[in-house]
Amino acid sequence: MTPNPYLWLVPILPLAGAAINGFFGRRSSKKAITAVALIFCGAAFFMALLIASSFSSASAPYYFNLAHWLRAGSFQVDFSFYLDQLSLVMLLVVTGVGFLIHIYSVGYMWEDDGYYRFMAYMNLFMFFMLTLVLAKNYLVMFIGWEGVGLASYLLIGFWFTKDSAAAAGKKAFIVNRIGDFGFLIALFLMIKHFGSLDFTHVFATVQTFSPETAGTGLLTAIGLLLMVGAAGKSAQIPLYVWLPDAMEGPTPVSALIHAATMVTAGVYMVARSHMIFDRAPMAMMVVAIIGTLTALFAATIGIAQTDIKKVLAYSTISQLGYMFMACGVGAFSAGIFHLMTHAFFKGLLFLAAGSVIHGIGGEQDMRKMGGLRQYMPWTFLTMTIATFAIAGFPPFAGFFSKDEILWKAYSSEYGSWVFWLIGVITAFITSFYMFRLWFLTFFGDYRGGAAQDADGGHAHRHDDQSHGHGHGGPHESPWVMLGPLVVLAFLSLVGGWIGIGGRFEHFLAPVFQSRTAAELARETAGEAAGAGTETLLMLISVGAAFLGLFLAWTLYFRRPQLPARIAASLGGLYQAVTHKYYIDELYNVLFVKPLIDGSTAILWHGVDQNVIDAAVNDSASAARHVSDNVRHMQSGNLRSYAGWVAAGGAVVIAYMIWMGVWVR
Amino acid sequence: MVPLSYYLLLSGILFVCGVLGFLIKRNIITIFMSIELMLNGVNLSFVAFAAHWQALSGQVFVFFVMVVAAAEAAVGLAIIIAVYRTRETLNVDQVNLLKL
Amino acid sequence: MFHLILFLFFGAICVAGAVNLLVQSHPINSALSLIAVMASLAAEYLLLGAEFVAAVQVIVYAGAVMVLFVITIMLLNAGKEERSKGSRVAILLGVPGALIGGGLVAWTLLQRSNMQAAVPIGALPGDPADIARLLFHNFLLPFEVTSVLILIAIMGAVVLASRPEAVARGPRKDEG
Repeated sequence: MTPNPYLWLVPILPLAGAAINGFFGRRSSKKAITAVALIFCGAAFFMALLIASSFSSASAPYYFNLAHWLRAGSFQVDFSFYLDQLSLVMLLVVTGVGFLIHIYSVGYMWEDDGYYRFMAYMNLFMFFMLTLVLAKNYLVMFIGWEGVGLASYLLIGFWFTKDSAAAAGKKAFIVNRIGDFGFLIALFLMIKHFGSLDFTHVFATVQTFSPETAGTGLLTAIGLLLMVGAAGKSAQIPLYVWLPDAMEGPTPVSALIHAATMVTAGVYMVARSHMIFDRAPMAMMVVAIIGTLTALFAATIGIAQTDIKKVLAYSTISQLGYMFMACGVGAFSAGIFHLMTHAFFKGLLFLAAGSVIHGIGGEQDMRKMGGLRQYMPWTFLTMTIATFAIAGFPPFAGFFSKDEILWKAYSSEYGSWVFWLIGVITAFITSFYMFRLWFLTFFGDYRGGAAQDADGGHAHRHDDQSHGHGHGGPHESPWVMLGPLVVLAFLSLVGGWIGIGGRFEHFLAPVFQSRTAAELARETAGEAAGAGTETLLMLISVGAAFLGLFLAWTLYFRRPQLPARIAASLGGLYQAVTHKYYIDELYNVLFVKPLIDGSTAILWHGVDQNVIDAAVNDSASAARHVSDNVRHMQSGNLRSYAGWVAAGGAVVIAYMIWMGVWVR
Repeated sequence: MVPLSYYLLLSGILFVCGVLGFLIKRNIITIFMSIELMLNGVNLSFVAFAAHWQALSGQVFVFFVMVVAAAEAAVGLAIIIAVYRTRETLNVDQVNLLKL
Repeated sequence: MFHLILFLFFGAICVAGAVNLLVQSHPINSALSLIAVMASLAAEYLLLGAEFVAAVQVIVYAGAVMVLFVITIMLLNAGKEERSKGSRVAILLGVPGALIGGGLVAWTLLQRSNMQAAVPIGALPGDPADIARLLFHNFLLPFEVTSVLILIAIMGAVVLASRPEAVARGPRKDEG
């Protein structure tokens, strides 16, 4: 472990930017705000590049102790930062994609009144995310964890005057907190049994444990609880409900937080804790099952959505499910690889969707789009690249990472063909709904009315605040927004090539090398035996992607009246899917309403009003009653005063005599 | 030979009578006289102790008590006259405006 | 023996006068019985040998203070006491309190043995010269202070007892 004194600068620079914009931004000019935000975020990116260029696997991992924090007996926690290959990948993704999205937001949010606030919050988010990624112990990671939740709440509810946005922000934060509860309990268990939260210490201790094959035990418990936390942050079953609502926020927020970086924090955390999961097979299985189910489940909901951002939201949930599936079968580096490529193409998809929305004056309903490819050529081109990437077509980025996951799901010793099959089906569905989106948005005739965008449709309420420039007809976005699109499109194209030949996995190997030698041997043996199988499986997954494209082409290009007939004939099932399987309503009935009613009845009326308020009020009225009664002593009557004096005097005399008697 | 305690008992009886007079009587002048009775009782005990311990300062103190009693009587009676002018009554139960 | 008889005699007069003060309803009767108490107290002082104090008692207390009381009673035309709704507390709490207090003190006094020592007749060296020596040497400051006190009392009494309009208006203008 070599020290690196520049590690702490990477998170602090965006924090400084956030502070400056937060405190002084209200009276600064938009140019000044932009400059501050971009300079500090860009500086963080620049520092990340510097660190990457001077990174060498020989001297990794790097660390830096910034300051002491807690000392409680033998337990201690410091503000320490840590960099190994895994952190480096995350660092580059976060700073790079973050910087691009900052540039994009300059164009997207320029006309908004709260521009300075937005930039401050974005920088703040960068600070917390970088703290999370660069942390050396679980507690500093938890600071980042909570902080990104906070930034997410602030940014989702950015247009806070709108009820739905404020409610969405609250929902995100609260559901996140439920996951954090699991995370915290896992931390407490770690403190109790390992005596420390520091990564090196914890993992060294865990390494001495033997794998818990019985499915019970400390490591399984910790693993499951960590997964609860990850499920909250990364929107997996059952805590995914906040992510679709989070689309109330501005599109750059959706791109940065809910596609590229924050929601991947759960995956990062699970990958970082791989040492624990390696020794708790039951927990790994649970992770894989949750991931796989979520992937399929979310994909089915995505087919029927009409809001372009909601489709992308469910797509995000589904792709995150892939990442967890990868982690659950032990292919951590494959999961991180997919995390990286997903950041590229999903970020691009959201930004391009934002460009589309911006260009047609705030409309988000795909039924009112169509034929936009002649109005927005660059957006069309970049979004096309992204769509092919997410569908898994070679040679785009998504193909390599998704294929890696599917292969590992089949061949790893924790995996099984069930995972692989569900993964392939999900890939087919993914391809279908992404191309459905593509066709509906860019092909056919333009179905919307961009000039008259004051009403109609359910989606452009908030975008009107910032996009009411009343241009006639759809138009292309300015270059400040198109630039990042192009960069991300390039990355979506070539980003996967880094994984060819297992180079990426090899790079991350020192981090994930916790396996025992026997496991490694089994794995390589399995791989070697299945080279032919691997090619076959790859062909099947590519075929699934093509199938999805073909189906979407048929339904939405060749015969556009067909989908409505199919939907009508499916009847109830279609209704359920459109309404997200009524999960939100179910949660409302099961948890939300009882909790609110219970809190109102018990905590508000019972405790707050009847106990706390009553204690204060009653003590005040008791004082008043007492004084009311004592008041009568001051009657103005001389003789009663004298009577009291005589009585008191007798008491005093008696007391003194008694004392005297006792003393003697 | 009279034991000291007899003098003190007498003094105590006078004092208690003074207190009882203060409590029982309704005429303010009578109440004032009960105060004088109390002071007299105290004076007697001063002199008795002075005789017992052969200390002259007991008597000197009696002087001061008498002086104070005289001054207090003067002022107190002046107050009573002033109160009588406004309230037209000497009944202490009817001079009770200083109440909450 | 003689001492005891005299003491008891004058003591009885004291107590009778005190009780009479309580019992009488007209204030002038109470004042007169108080004078009787003071006179017999002066006799008690003589028994103790404090002649000067006895003389001062008669002159100042019985002769001046009580005269003041009687004058005030006559000035204000005080009549018999009326029954009035007094305070219950005074009777219920005060009287028992006073009695109990007094009883406790009496009981304590009778317990202590050195209180039983006899005081011979005329025990005090009541020479006025000695008293004067004490008064003007050891107790000079209190003496001077009491003179100031008397002065203040006089001024206060004059102000309080004078007619209100006489004070407010200042010296009356003469007619003509």
